[in-house]
Amino acid sequence: MSLIKGNTGEWEMVIGLEVHAQVNSNSKLFSGASTHFGAEPNTQVSLVDAAMPGMLPVLNEFCVEQAVRTGLALKAQINLKSIFDRKNYFYPDLPQGYQISQFSHPIIGKGKIILDMPGGEKREIGITRLHLEQDAGKSLHDQSPSSTFIDLNRSGIALMEIVSEPDLRTAEEAGEYMKKMRQILRYIGTCDGDMEKGSMRCDANVSVRKPGGKLGTRCEIKNLNSIKNIIKAIEYEAARQVEIIEGGGEIRQETRLFDPDKNETRTMRSKEDAHDYRYFPDPDLYPLVLTQEFVDKIKKTLPELPDEKRERYVREMKLSEYDAAVLTAEKETTEYFEEVAKKTDPKLAANWITAELFGRLNKAGLGIAQSPVSAANTSSLVSMIQDNTISGKIAKQVFDIMFETGDDPKTIVKNHGLEQVTDTGAIEKIVDEVLAANPDKVAEYKGGKDKLFGFFVGQVMKISGGKVNPAMVNDLLKKKL
Amino acid sequence: MSDLTDLTIAEAREHLAQKKISAVELAKAYQSRMVGHKDFNAYIIETPEIALAAAKVSDEKIAKGKAGIMEGIPIAVKDLFCTRGVLSTACSGILAGFKPPYESTVTANIFGAGAVMLGKTNMDEFAMGSANLNSFYGAVKNPWKRKKDNKDLVPGGSSGGSAAAVAARICAGALGSDTGGSIRQPASFTGTVGIKPTYGRCSRWGMIAFASSLDQAGSIARTVQDAAIMLEAISGFDEKDSTSAEMQTPKFEKALAVKDVKGLKIGIPKEYHSERLDPEIKKLWESGADWLKKQGAEIVDISLPHSKYALPVYYIIAPAEASSNLARYDGVRYGLRIVESADSLDEMYMKTRGEGFGPEVKRRIMMGTYVLSAGYYDAYYRQAQKVRKLIIRDFDEAFKKVDVILTPTTPSAAFALDEKPTDPVEMYLNDIFTVPVNLAGIPAISVPAGLSKDGLPLGLQLIGKMWDEETLFRVGGVLETAADFKTRAL
Repeated sequence: MSLIKGNTGEWEMVIGLEVHAQVNSNSKLFSGASTHFGAEPNTQVSLVDAAMPGMLPVLNEFCVEQAVRTGLALKAQINLKSIFDRKNYFYPDLPQGYQISQFSHPIIGKGKIILDMPGGEKREIGITRLHLEQDAGKSLHDQSPSSTFIDLNRSGIALMEIVSEPDLRTAEEAGEYMKKMRQILRYIGTCDGDMEKGSMRCDANVSVRKPGGKLGTRCEIKNLNSIKNIIKAIEYEAARQVEIIEGGGEIRQETRLFDPDKNETRTMRSKEDAHDYRYFPDPDLYPLVLTQEFVDKIKKTLPELPDEKRERYVREMKLSEYDAAVLTAEKETTEYFEEVAKKTDPKLAANWITAELFGRLNKAGLGIAQSPVSAANTSSLVSMIQDNTISGKIAKQVFDIMFETGDDPKTIVKNHGLEQVTDTGAIEKIVDEVLAANPDKVAEYKGGKDKLFGFFVGQVMKISGGKVNPAMVNDLLKKKL
Repeated sequence: MSDLTDLTIAEAREHLAQKKISAVELAKAYQSRMVGHKDFNAYIIETPEIALAAAKVSDEKIAKGKAGIMEGIPIAVKDLFCTRGVLSTACSGILAGFKPPYESTVTANIFGAGAVMLGKTNMDEFAMGSANLNSFYGAVKNPWKRKKDNKDLVPGGSSGGSAAAVAARICAGALGSDTGGSIRQPASFTGTVGIKPTYGRCSRWGMIAFASSLDQAGSIARTVQDAAIMLEAISGFDEKDSTSAEMQTPKFEKALAVKDVKGLKIGIPKEYHSERLDPEIKKLWESGADWLKKQGAEIVDISLPHSKYALPVYYIIAPAEASSNLARYDGVRYGLRIVESADSLDEMYMKTRGEGFGPEVKRRIMMGTYVLSAGYYDAYYRQAQKVRKLIIRDFDEAFKKVDVILTPTTPSAAFALDEKPTDPVEMYLNDIFTVPVNLAGIPAISVPAGLSKDGLPLGLQLIGKMWDEETLFRVGGVLETAADFKTRAL
């Protein structure tokens, strides 16, 4: 655990995160309007989203399912009874004048998330709660010098607010937490995790204290929209707090904003200016009551989660911890790997993906989703190695062509005449050639210079253009020598 | 034939079915009578073209034998209901000029049943009031006059325009809404019948919200039968309102076929008696019990021990919900917006809301904001919710012993416009008998039962079990016959 070194000794950060994740759903939390991203402003707004007089919310059952699914993935308590409350405040992009949220009775209670820190350490971070709430619209301040424009397309989209315990101790851990949360949500399909589009954002509560000491006063940093910014904002904020305390000052509890350009946090509003949200149960909605059967049904459809998958890869497929972690990091990678490994040796498949495919993708600056080589084609290439159609060395050449053209390996091998030679006669012919051409080396070998064996293999490979089966070459050479 | 506007809904429907009259004739008769009674200020807008077009369609449907249960019946619609393309303001300046692009479920239902809209009726702003003195469009005058002077009287509120229109026969029946007595109290003040059904019986979709957990649509009419016909037309499950109940609407009119109350137990809550109760009201109440007894009912004394808390509980819960429900009127998207000399967003809010809302609405927004505030929530809002549960339990206990509860509707007859109490709490006392019903979500009907010594109508209230409007109509019908209330305002 890394500590901040101050003038008076070391300081420990105490961090809790509130993640806002947009629920993957075609329609909004309380209206039938579409949630599609990027539409023309104010084209996805129902009468309810615009808070016209007399309009009433009707809960979207699918969003409830998604929240329960997320709760199950976070090993959390599912509250069969929860209550929607109104959080009252005025803002032009909040048409109702209140946000429908869940305050004292959230749908999901305590859960946990396990972080795999880069050093191999595991950290368990508690989840306090998850609740459903409406997103607000957007205020556009850059459309006119004198007016603010309002886009209500986002108004009423379902959000899951996932609150962690103050268990995080470093900015790095906060970053890992965010990555892990994103990974889980994407695996189970409850949020697309696209931070650039704002589908996932977070607020960080940060305080510092002497290691193991009394909790310090916290500041909340609002609306962090990338993992990089989360880390930078927390690091800045913790350093700021240490400086104030060591300078004899006190931390004021307040809400702050992070400015990524200046790499600093600034006061947004102090505790005295904090809103009184006047939460109370929304009288337009009865308490949400779920049955255990409803929860169990969702549980049955829950896919294998990343942690479980990784353990299975190590246990059953005998992959290394490292490969298993890399292959389960992203949902797309896992899907790719599982498609390749379906018909091939998983270890060989893992090697090809982590070394060959990732190497090329990184070089080309591509993600796995944009891979020019399909999983089916990688699978068939690995199969061709396994059944000795081509050697590993040739396979790399073939893979280069596949990466460039997207063609399937069978066609490439056929067109380029790269099939491995397994005809004993043909190989024997080359072996004989090599031995005949190097009588002195043969003599040295027979005189006890075993190392020369590799030289003969290399010569055979060179003449054959790498197409001969190495195992057969070995056998024949041994026999002849 | 006598004036067509003399016909009750049931009679008019009969005449229409027998082709003695046409819907267009009927609508025109009402329209010409409306011309003569504009001074009541019952309507804030008249919709003659819409009425005649609808009447024409009704005549075609009647000709084809496809008449709905209210086919061709001219009605008035409380301005609380959003009506497509027609001014819908809840009589608030903040919604001045607002014409919704949608139709409330209740009005859609009644138009679907064939009713013809004559116009929108005046009301207390956002249904907050008991005298119809809080309207952006001015006060409504009660068609009734008292003997002792010629002063203009209030029609009650908040559905004052609807009640006055029914009493003046410038509509056959009217839609109202009732959050704490807003249908029953004006019905009592105007000698009309008003029913507030069980919470969840009618959809609240498209009805401008005052207090969501209390608001319910209902009907005001000249007879119990007419009120039943109208309620049947507006009721029904609506998936757009999460608090509307998924149940079949009974044939309310059929409940009136039973012309007696034999075997029924009628509860008289002892807590509704008090030394302050007007002897006139007390006498009427006793007469009501006697009439029902003579018709075969058993009178049972009951107790509703927490009813004394109903008014304070109501004036915590209703303003709390209202303070939040009315937050959407912010000048941003529709209705009034005042930007002149507003230098900031907050100023725009303050000027718009400061000018758009009347004093009573502001008072209730302030009360509601206060009771929900940090530090006060537990003492007021939470406590009120607890007491509300006790009030509900009182009724549950009572209905184990009786089928219907009989009470006065109001503590007094209509008062003059210039006799408005200066203390708002005095005004709130008007709803003392009606408010507990809304808190419990149960149905109640006010039936005109007699005249005060000043010659003003007085109503009796029948309170029923959850979802048992049918018994209310049955007992209400018997009460109506026994009271034989024939006096008209004009």
